[in-house]
Amino acid sequence: MTQRADVDARLEAVLREERGRLTAALVRILRDWDLAEELVQDAAVSALEHWPADGVPDNPGAWLMTAARRKAVDRLRRHTRYRERMRQLTAEATEMGAPIATGGPMGADDRLRLLFTCCHPALNREAQVALTLRTIGGLETAAVARAFLVPEATIAQRLVRAKRKIRDAAIPYRVPDASELPARLGEVLRVLYLIFNEGYLASSGDAGERRELARDAEWLTSLLARLMPDEPETLGLLALMRLHLARSDARFAADGSLVLLPDQDRSLWDQAAIGDAIELLARSERMGRPGSYQLQAAILGVHATSPAWRATSWSAIVGLYDALHRIEPTPVVALNRALALAERDGPADALAAIEPLASRLDGYHLFHAARAELLRRMDRGAEALAADSRALELTENPAERRLLEMRIAQAGSDRSGSPT
Amino acid sequence: MKYMMLIADAEDGMARSTEEEQATYGRIGAWWNEHTTAGRIIEGHELQPSSTATTVRIAPDGGTTVTDGPFAEGKEMVGGYGILDVPDLDAALALAASWPGAASSLEIRPIVERDATS
Repeated sequence: MTQRADVDARLEAVLREERGRLTAALVRILRDWDLAEELVQDAAVSALEHWPADGVPDNPGAWLMTAARRKAVDRLRRHTRYRERMRQLTAEATEMGAPIATGGPMGADDRLRLLFTCCHPALNREAQVALTLRTIGGLETAAVARAFLVPEATIAQRLVRAKRKIRDAAIPYRVPDASELPARLGEVLRVLYLIFNEGYLASSGDAGERRELARDAEWLTSLLARLMPDEPETLGLLALMRLHLARSDARFAADGSLVLLPDQDRSLWDQAAIGDAIELLARSERMGRPGSYQLQAAILGVHATSPAWRATSWSAIVGLYDALHRIEPTPVVALNRALALAERDGPADALAAIEPLASRLDGYHLFHAARAELLRRMDRGAEALAADSRALELTENPAERRLLEMRIAQAGSDRSGSPT
Repeated sequence: MKYMMLIADAEDGMARSTEEEQATYGRIGAWWNEHTTAGRIIEGHELQPSSTATTVRIAPDGGTTVTDGPFAEGKEMVGGYGILDVPDLDAALALAASWPGAASSLEIRPIVERDATS
């Protein structure tokens, strides 16, 4: 049993790396997503039969590709309409031979095509996310379902519908040309960041798969950065994710409650990872095309390289938020800018800056939490308490709720202990 | 790959009395000619306003009713259609995005082709 479990773990690791590549090549050649996935699955089953006895091959990717091709031959022999595609599959499998694991002829571009197709704007966001995790991330349907806290049947249904639309509406399998690329790449990056945030915002009490989404998204983004190294926003998003992940050990207290940036133990931050992310960000900045993700990463970079909250360069952060607000004039960016302003110029100025946002951000719990924090600093305790209570009503996240409940309890005890 | 492109708009400023509307109408005509000549639009028509529509509904038991008006009353009404013949959805979307009429919505629906091979 232990041997079997060991093979399973290694096969899983190999599939993680190779599944997307294999699926991508098979989709291109066969033009049939379901068939491609079935063949990848068949190849995996075949590996499970052979590897325990024969050992894991030196080049497991090529082994899987060959197995998939053999299964394809078995299945498609009788289908004349696949004859030409089979010829192509055989030719490419022969030609490829070894290089699959190191990025051979079918390597990079196919996965890029697959990613752009998974994130095509003609698919809804939920379908984009499920398809990307399933086909490129190599997650099983059940794992995607557990990560998003929805029934497996729901995810399965989303995948079926999305693949049917790709086929029936003829969504092309290609990398968009230069004129469409900025918009289409933006769509891909939004999907990847959404996956990241699902995992990153998950609390310590959540299922492991849910928290792992952040790592999955980071892996997918690093793949995209490898395949399209000249796109600064991709590098910016990757740096942003890595700067977040570098601080993950400091984000939760032993009791599972959320620790906010000012209170984090900075000795728990991964300085090597921060250094790498800053270097990545510098590389993106040298390309001279600033963007939202690069600016968000730059803001986080200022925090990540400050020895203490009080030593943070607030002027730099306010300046970066100003630049971000020019690109992305949303009330949430304005709110975050105001919080940096509070550190630079004091809570009164910040409060004045956020009051005009109230009508647009009334349903956003962090608006009320931020307002509470500013009011508390201005010794307006009763108003702060009301704002914290409003924030608590608006969030379901357990870690955020615990933090807000703590603040509310604290305010209550302060008041009862003080002379009236 | 064939698609039906349904063109909808708010159906309010369609009097085409003003110069601006005449100009838009002219641009649409030129656009239509260009794509028809290139073979990307096989056929299509502008429709009379939805006030002229009549809907026949067939009940599960086979009984029929005839009512005045389109399928569903909405803010936007289908005012025309075209049958497209283009390589894939991206080509259809690009064509739709270049529609010269302002404030319009275009729905792209693949057509079922019985003799399709893939």
